Amino acid sequence: MYDVVIIGAGVVGCAVARELSRYKARILVVEKEADVCCGTSKANSAIVHAGYDAAADSLMAKFNVQGNRMMGELCEELDVSFSRIGSLVICLSEEERPALLRLYENGVKNGVEGLRIVEREELLSMEPNVSDDAVAALYAPTAGIVCPFGLTAAFAENAFTNGAEFRLNTKVERIAPAKEGWEVKTETETILTKCVVNAAGVYSDVLHNMVSEKKIRITPRRGDYFLLDKNTGDFVSHVIFSLPGKLGKGVLVAPTVHGNTIVGPTAVDVSDREATNTTADGLREITEKAGRSIKNLPLKQVITSFAGLRAHEDGHEFVLGEEEGAPGFFDCAGIESPGLTAAPAIGRHIAQLIQEKLSLAKNPSFNGTRKGIFDPKTLSKEEYAKLLQEKPAYGNIVCRCETVSEGEILDAIHRPLGATTLDGLKRRVRVGSGRCQAGFCTPRAVEILARELHVSQSEITKTGGASRLIVGTAKDSIEGEARI
Amino acid sequence: METKRLICIGCPLGCPMKVTLNDAGEVQSVEGFTCRKGDVYARKEVVNPTRTVTSTVHVIGAIKGEPTVSCKTKTDVPKSKIYDVMRDLKGVTVPAPVYIGDVVKANVGNTGVDMVATRQVL
Amino acid sequence: MKRYEIVIIGGGPAGLAAAVAAYDEGVRSILILERDRELGGILNQCIHNGFGLHTFKEELTGPEYAQRYVNMVLVRGIEYRLNTMVLEISPEKHIRAVSREDGLIEIEAGAIILAMGCRERSRGALNIPGYRPAGIYSAGTAQRLVNMEGFLPGREVVILGSGDIGLIMARRMTLEGAKVKVVAEIMPFSGGLKRNIVQCLDDYGIPLKLSHTVVNIEGKERVEGVTIAAVDENLKPIPGTEEHYPCDTLLLSVGLIPENELSRGMGVCINPVTNGPVVNESLATCISGVFAAGNVLHVHDLVDYVSEEAAAAGKNAARYVARALEENPRHEIPLLPQNGVRYTVPYSVDPSLLQETLTVRFRVGAEYRNCFVSVYFDDERMVHKKRPILAPGEMEQVTLQKAWFLERPNLKAVSVMVEEA
Repeated sequence: MYDVVIIGAGVVGCAVARELSRYKARILVVEKEADVCCGTSKANSAIVHAGYDAAADSLMAKFNVQGNRMMGELCEELDVSFSRIGSLVICLSEEERPALLRLYENGVKNGVEGLRIVEREELLSMEPNVSDDAVAALYAPTAGIVCPFGLTAAFAENAFTNGAEFRLNTKVERIAPAKEGWEVKTETETILTKCVVNAAGVYSDVLHNMVSEKKIRITPRRGDYFLLDKNTGDFVSHVIFSLPGKLGKGVLVAPTVHGNTIVGPTAVDVSDREATNTTADGLREITEKAGRSIKNLPLKQVITSFAGLRAHEDGHEFVLGEEEGAPGFFDCAGIESPGLTAAPAIGRHIAQLIQEKLSLAKNPSFNGTRKGIFDPKTLSKEEYAKLLQEKPAYGNIVCRCETVSEGEILDAIHRPLGATTLDGLKRRVRVGSGRCQAGFCTPRAVEILARELHVSQSEITKTGGASRLIVGTAKDSIEGEARI
Repeated sequence: METKRLICIGCPLGCPMKVTLNDAGEVQSVEGFTCRKGDVYARKEVVNPTRTVTSTVHVIGAIKGEPTVSCKTKTDVPKSKIYDVMRDLKGVTVPAPVYIGDVVKANVGNTGVDMVATRQVL
Repeated sequence: MKRYEIVIIGGGPAGLAAAVAAYDEGVRSILILERDRELGGILNQCIHNGFGLHTFKEELTGPEYAQRYVNMVLVRGIEYRLNTMVLEISPEKHIRAVSREDGLIEIEAGAIILAMGCRERSRGALNIPGYRPAGIYSAGTAQRLVNMEGFLPGREVVILGSGDIGLIMARRMTLEGAKVKVVAEIMPFSGGLKRNIVQCLDDYGIPLKLSHTVVNIEGKERVEGVTIAAVDENLKPIPGTEEHYPCDTLLLSVGLIPENELSRGMGVCINPVTNGPVVNESLATCISGVFAAGNVLHVHDLVDYVSEEAAAAGKNAARYVARALEENPRHEIPLLPQNGVRYTVPYSVDPSLLQETLTVRFRVGAEYRNCFVSVYFDDERMVHKKRPILAPGEMEQVTLQKAWFLERPNLKAVSVMVEEA
C-alpha cells in the first residue's frame, strides 16, 4: 500500500513528488512515457513568468507569483539552469497604451515586484532590435528563463534519491475507490494507495472525471515553436511579448538558457491529446507574427520546430486540491501557462495538503540538494586539463555541434532515473540538439546507450515504445541461402 | 526490329535517346544524342548493360571492432545479375585482417566475377 | 605548447591531399587533426564506385580512394592524431583540441589549413510540418548506419531531395532489402548527377518526382507515412496535389553546408553564398596564414577536385611558411560572379602570386542550355566556352593564364558569367 501515487511525471507531478519526499511516506510516480517530462512540460516557452498576466485573485496569479519567488533558490538547490533576465511586453501604438497600463495595474494587484513602464528610448537601449513601431513596454524584472526538462528531471531525481519510486512506461487505465483509499489500475497491475495525485496534463480531466461527479473538460491547445541557432543567442536579451492588440495575440521571442532563441507559440485547440505535430499553418503564423515586436529576426537560422499541447481547462484556471466527494484524490488539473512557473508552489501546496491529511512525519534523511550533470564547460583551462587526465571519457566529443563528451553522456545514463532513450540523452545533455540536429552523433549515441544499458543497438529507441531507430540489419530481408 | 529508349548519363543534359535494334539484336541506329559520348553509351547500354555492384559483408575479429567491410565486384557484372550478387552476399562473413582487393566471395552470384574488399580492416 | 609549421584541421580527402602537397613542397613539420576514429573522412562511408577517374584514371570506391591518400600520408611519415576534436582556434593560430588519449591539447601553428568538410542540412532548416518520430534521417546518417555499421535504419523509405547522397542511398537501401517508394525534389531539376539518376533510381524503378516536397510527416513514435505535394513556381505546395505514402523512414538529402564554426570563431570572413571562407588565388582566407580547401570552402560534387584544390592549398601554405607568399601590399583584382554565376572560388587574384594557371570554380543558379561560359578582363572577353548545359548541381570551372594578367597591368576586375547563345 502506497501513501501516495502520483500520476504523471511532468513538472507538476515531479514537483509534488519532491516536496512529498520531505516526509516519511511511500510515494510512487507513474508515467506512461519512457522518461520524465515527455508531455506539456517538455514543449513550451521555457519562461518563468512574472505574474502580471493572470486574472487577479485567481489560483493562476497566486501560484505564478509564489512559484516565481521560489525559483531562484530552488534552482540553486537543484542545480538547474535559470536566468532572471526580465520580460518586456511591447506596445506598438499609443492607442494600445491603455491596455499596457491595465496589464501593469493587474500585475501590481497580483503582487508582482519591480514592474514599470519603459518608454521607447529606454526600451531601445534594453533591446536594440525592437520594432520601429514600439512606443513603450511593460518591464517585469522578475521574469526569467529556465530549462523545463532540467527542472523536471531535477525534481524527479531529488524525489528519487529521497525515496520516491518511479514507474515509467506505465499507463494508468482506471482509478476506483478501494476499501481504504484508491485502486490505481495499469495495464499489468492494480496499485493500492491512500492518496492519488492527478498530474496527468492533457489527460487530467479523464482521470478527474473517473472519480468525480463535478466534471471538468481539458482541451489540448497546441502551440508551434521555432528554435533558432545559437548564433542568434544575443538577438534579444529579455523575454519579448507582444501586447495583445488589434492583430490578436502575438508570439514571444526569447533567449533560452542554452543560448538559442525560441519563437512562438501559436494557439490552436485540437481534439487529439497526442497531436504534437507542427502544421504548415502554424509555422506560417509564427513566421508572420515573429516580426511584429522584433525586427529582422533571423528566421533563416531555424534549426528545428516543434509543438506542445497545453492543458486548457474550460474556466482557464488551475484545478488544485482534494476533490470534493473523492477523499484522498488530489487534482493538479488544467495546468497550462504559467504552469511551469507555478509548479514549485503547486508542489509545495499539494504536498502540504497530503501531509496534513495523512499526518506524515518529517523524513529525517531528506536532502534537498541535487547535483546536475557535470558540465566541463564551466571549468577553467587548468581544471579542464586535469579532468581530462582523470576521466578521459570527457575527451571524447560525441556531439560536435554542442560539444558534448562521452563523459557527460555516461553521467546522463548512469544517474538516478538516467537516460534510456536517444531523446532522454538529448534532453539531459543536449546530444543532437545543435544545428546539425543529430545527423552526426546519432549512430555514436546509440552505440553508447546500447553498450551502457547492455542491450543491442536495435533495441534503442528515440522516445520509447515503437520509436526504434534501427529496424534490422543489411540484407536481412533478402531471400536466399545464408552461407558462411 | 525493336526500339529502346534511354537517357544518356554522360552529362547533366541527359539526352533522351532512341536506339533501333535489328532482329539479330544488333544496333541499327542511335538517335537523340548531342555528342559522341551518348552514341557510345547507348550502344553499350542497349546490348550489354553492366554495373559494378558495391555492398558490405560482415567481418569478425577486427582490432578496432568494425562490424563490416565494404566490397565491390572486381569488374562490371551484367545488370540483370545485380540481385544474384546481393543474394549471394547474404550471410557472408570474413575474418580480419582484410586488405583492399582480398576476395570476400569468389564467383559472386555465379557471375564469374569475384567480390573483393574495398577497404582495409585490421 | 607544441608548435608545427602547418596544422591541418580535418583528415578527410581535403586534409590528406593538403598534407601531402605541403610535404612535397618541403615542409616537414605537419600535423593533421581528425575528429573521427580514422583518416579518410566521409569517403569511408561512400562505398559506391565512381571516385578517382580524374586523379587516378580509374574508377574507385570511396574507401579505396581514401586509402590511396592515407598511404601517401603514411609513407611520408606525416603526423596525425585521430579522435581529436578541435574546440577553438585563435586568430593568432593557437589551436585548442581535445581527445580521449591526449586530453587537452594546445598547439601553435605557423599556418593552418581549414579542411573540416561540410554537414547535411537538417529537417528543421526546411520547416517540414508534422510529427518528430524516429525514422527521419539525413541521407548521410543512413549511409553510415548501413555501410559502416551494417544496420538497416528502415524498410519502406521515402527520400526528400535528389542530391547525390540521397540518390546513392536509394540504391544502397534497395540493394540491402528496403523498398524505396519515391524520391521527391522540390526544384524542377535534380541536384544530383545524371548518372546517379539513371543508375540509382531508373535501374530500380524508383520514381523521381520533380517540383514536389514533403508537406507532412505522420507517426508519433516511428514514421508511419509522409505526404508529398507538388509545388508551384514559388516552391509553395499546391493544395489538392497531396499524395500519401505509407513508409517507416524519411531520408533527407536536401543540401550540404560547409562546417565553418571554427573558422567563424577565429574571425575568418565567410561568404554568405557558399557559407565558406572568402579566399584569394592562394586559397588564403582573410587571416594571414590560414588557408581553406574542399567542402569547407564550397561544396564540391567530385572528390577529385577536392583533392586538386586541397593540394593547391597545401602547396600555398608551404610557400607561406617559407615566406614565399610575402604580403607586399597585395595587388588585389576581384573576381566578380555575374549573370547566372552564383559565386567564384577564388574571390580575388594577386597576379604576382599566381602559378602558370589559375583554376576558377563556380556554380550557376539555374539550368542553362546552349549557352556560353565567359570570362571578361574588364571589358575584354578572354574566355568564351560553349556549354550545351549548365546546371546548379554541377560545379563548373575555367582556367585562366597568368600571362593574361601580366599583360594587363591596369586590370580592374575579372567577371565570370553565363552568356546566352
